[in-house]
Amino acid sequence: MDLKNLTFKGGVHPPHFKKSTEEVPIKKAKEPKIVKIPMQQHIGAPCKPIVSVGDKVKVGQRIGESDAFVSAPIHSSVSGTVKKVAQMNAPTGKTMTVVIESDGKNEVHESIKSKGTVESLSKEEILNTIKEAGITGLGGAGFPTHVKLSPPPDKKIDTVILNGAECEPYLTADHRLMLESPKKVVKGLKAILKVLGISNGYIAIETNKPDAIEAMEKATKNESDIKIATLVTKYPQGDEKRLINAVTGREVPSGGLPMDVGLVVNNVGTAAAIADAIETGIPLVERIATITGSAIKEPKNLIIKVGTPFKDIIEQCGGFSEKPGKIVMGGPMMGLAQFTDEVPAIKGTSGILVLNEKDAKIPEPKDCIRCGKCVDICPVNLQPLFISRFSLKDMYDMAEGYHALDCIECGSCSFICPSKRPLLQSIRVAKREIISKRRKS
Amino acid sequence: MMGGLEMENKLIASSSPHLRSDETISRIMLDVLIALLPATLASVYFFRFNAIKLIVLAVGASVLTELVIQKLLKKPVTINDYSAAVTGLLLAFNIPASAPWWIPVIGSMFAIAIVKHAFGGLGHNFMNPALAARAMLLASWPVIMTSWVTTGADAVTTPTPLAIMGGEASGATMPTLTNIMVGNIGGCLGETSAIALIIGGIYLLYRKVITWRIPFTYIATVAVLTLLLDGGFSAMTYHLFAGGLMLGAFYMATDYSSSPVTPKGQIIFGVGCGVITTVIRLYGGYPEGVSYSILLMNVAAPIIDKYTSPKVFGEVKQNA
Repeated sequence: MDLKNLTFKGGVHPPHFKKSTEEVPIKKAKEPKIVKIPMQQHIGAPCKPIVSVGDKVKVGQRIGESDAFVSAPIHSSVSGTVKKVAQMNAPTGKTMTVVIESDGKNEVHESIKSKGTVESLSKEEILNTIKEAGITGLGGAGFPTHVKLSPPPDKKIDTVILNGAECEPYLTADHRLMLESPKKVVKGLKAILKVLGISNGYIAIETNKPDAIEAMEKATKNESDIKIATLVTKYPQGDEKRLINAVTGREVPSGGLPMDVGLVVNNVGTAAAIADAIETGIPLVERIATITGSAIKEPKNLIIKVGTPFKDIIEQCGGFSEKPGKIVMGGPMMGLAQFTDEVPAIKGTSGILVLNEKDAKIPEPKDCIRCGKCVDICPVNLQPLFISRFSLKDMYDMAEGYHALDCIECGSCSFICPSKRPLLQSIRVAKREIISKRRKS
Repeated sequence: MMGGLEMENKLIASSSPHLRSDETISRIMLDVLIALLPATLASVYFFRFNAIKLIVLAVGASVLTELVIQKLLKKPVTINDYSAAVTGLLLAFNIPASAPWWIPVIGSMFAIAIVKHAFGGLGHNFMNPALAARAMLLASWPVIMTSWVTTGADAVTTPTPLAIMGGEASGATMPTLTNIMVGNIGGCLGETSAIALIIGGIYLLYRKVITWRIPFTYIATVAVLTLLLDGGFSAMTYHLFAGGLMLGAFYMATDYSSSPVTPKGQIIFGVGCGVITTVIRLYGGYPEGVSYSILLMNVAAPIIDKYTSPKVFGEVKQNA
C-alpha cells in the first residue's frame, strides 16, 4: 500500500501561518508563581479535589480524582501550598479549581519513579500507568486515553494511527515535538500497540512538515510494526475520522466511534506523554503549546505547566505587540475564544493564539448567494447553507432532516463562505436544540 | 502590559472558526466581469458603437435600478458587489446589435426590479434575471429581438446560423466555422464569439467561481444529442459554437441562486438544459433554445436540490 499524499474528500486550504514558530525550538516556560488547576480538563466526569487549603503538595501529586471510568485524575504541576479551592474560570467554562502557590523548589512527589520500559511492563501495567498519569488526548478534545485503549471485547482493534497532521493553521507544537523528540513518539506508539495487543501502527503527518516526516522516518527505520503515512496538506486532515478515511480508506459510521472500524487514533503529543509516564513516572502536568498570532510579540513553542495563567505565558513571549482583539485556546479553526487572559492552561491547550483587532473583527454577514461552496467543501457531505437557514428560522426538525447532528464542527463552511455567514455557529445552535429535544422526549 | 481586568470587556469571544477566507461576493462578481471581458471586446469589435451603446445602457440601468429600489426599500445598497453590473452585462449580451436604446433599459429594469428584488434580492431569485428579461423582451417585441445584423460598420440584416440550419432563412448560406468561432456572424451581442466566451469560462473554472459540472454536462449533452439526431459531426459543431450555448452554459446556467447547489443536482441540471435546448432547436418552433431551457430548469432547481442530497459521510454503513 502506498502511504504517500493520502487524503479525504472535501476540505479547505486556509493559509498556514506557521512560519513564525515552525523553526523555533521548544523551550521550557518560566516557573509559574501561581497555578490554577481546573478539576475538569477532559471529556467525562469532573474530578473532585482531594486537597484542601493549606495543604503542602509536590510535583506530580494527585490533587483531583473521580470514581467514574470516563475521567482522568489531575496532578499538581508545582510544589507548594494550596491557597484556594473554588469555582473559577477555565478555558472551557467555569469549573472547580485548585489554586497552588509554588515554592519554586519543584520538589517531586515520592510516588514519581520510573515504571520500567515498554518491553518490561505487561499490557495491564502500561494501561494502569496511563490511567494513573491522568493522560488525556492532547490534540484538544481531551478524551481520557485509558478509556480509548480499553475497547469493549466485541470491538476488534487492528490499527493505531498517531495523529501528527496538525492541520490547524498557526500551531507547530506537534511539528516541533516530532522533529525534536521522534524517539519518544515512537516509544509511546509502541506502548499503545502493546496495550491493544496489535502490531499495526501508523504515524500520519501532513506534507507541509517535510523535516518532521524525515525525522519520524529515521526514528522508525527499524520498527517493522510502524509505518509513516504522509497526508495532503488540507484542513481538516487531522480530524480523527478524516484521518482514518485517508490512511485506511475506512468510513467510521455516522454517530459511531473509530473503534467501530477497528481503529484507535491518538495524538503524537499523547504518545509522548505516555512515553514520559512510563520512563520517568511523571504524570501529565505539562505540555507543549504554540503561543502565536498577530498580536504576540515573540511567538514561541513552550513547555507549559498545567494551571499557568495565559497571561503569564503571553508575558514570556514579549507580551502583546498590539492591542489584542481575541485570545483563542487552540487553533483558529476549532479553538475556543476566551473572554479573559486570566484563564489557566489545561491539558488540552495545544496553543494560545492572540489575534490583533483587525484579525479578530467579525465580518459583516451578507445574504446567502447559494454559491454552493459550503456544500462542495463539507468533509461530511452536509449542506451547511440549508441547515443554517432552517436553524435561523427555528425549524430544527428540518435541520435534523439535513443531518445537522453529523456536523463535525470543523468550521470549513464558515471559512469558505463568500457572504461571511456564521454557518457553523447556527448549525451548533441547531445541534444543541435537537439534542435537548431528544433528551426531553 | 495590560491588566486582565482592563481587557475583559474588549476581547471578542465568538464561535469558531476565527479565520475566514478572502472570498467575497464582490470578488466573485468581479471575476465574472473579468471573464466576460474578452467577449465584451469581441462584441465591440464586431458590432462597433451599437455594442458600446447597448452595454453601457444595460449595465447603467441595472445598477441604477438596484440603487433606487434599495433606497426606496431602505435596504443596504449593494451595488458595490457588482452583481447588478453582471446582470446588466449579461442582458446586453442577449440583445441583438440593432435593438433601439430603450430595449436594454426596460430589460434591465425588469431583470433587477421584478426578477431579482421582488423575490428578495441576490441569492433569492428563482430564475436567472438576465434570461427572464430576455424572455420578456422577446415576448413583447419579437421583431426587434430577432432582427439580426451583420458584423462590421455597414451592418445589414442577416439570419443567424442556427436559423439557416433550421431552414427558416431560405437561400442564405452558412457562415464558415472560423467566422462562427471568432464571432463574425449575426446574433446577439455577446453570444457570437464562442472562443472569447470559452476563454472567460476557463478563467471562471480556474478561479473556482464555477465548477465543471453544469457547463460540461450541458455542452456534452447538446454535443451527443445533435451528433446523433441532427446529421453528424458538422451539424454538431455548428450547434455547439453558433448559438448561445457557450454563453448559456458558462455564464447563465451557472447562476448561483437559480441552479442547484448539490453536486449531483448540478449534473442533472446541466443534462436537463442540454436535452431541452436540443429538443427546442431540432423539433421546436424556435431556432434557438438555450434561454428557455435554462429558464425551465431554473424552475426545477429547488426540487432537484431536494432529491439529490449527498450521502452523508458514514451514513450507509450505520443503516446496514
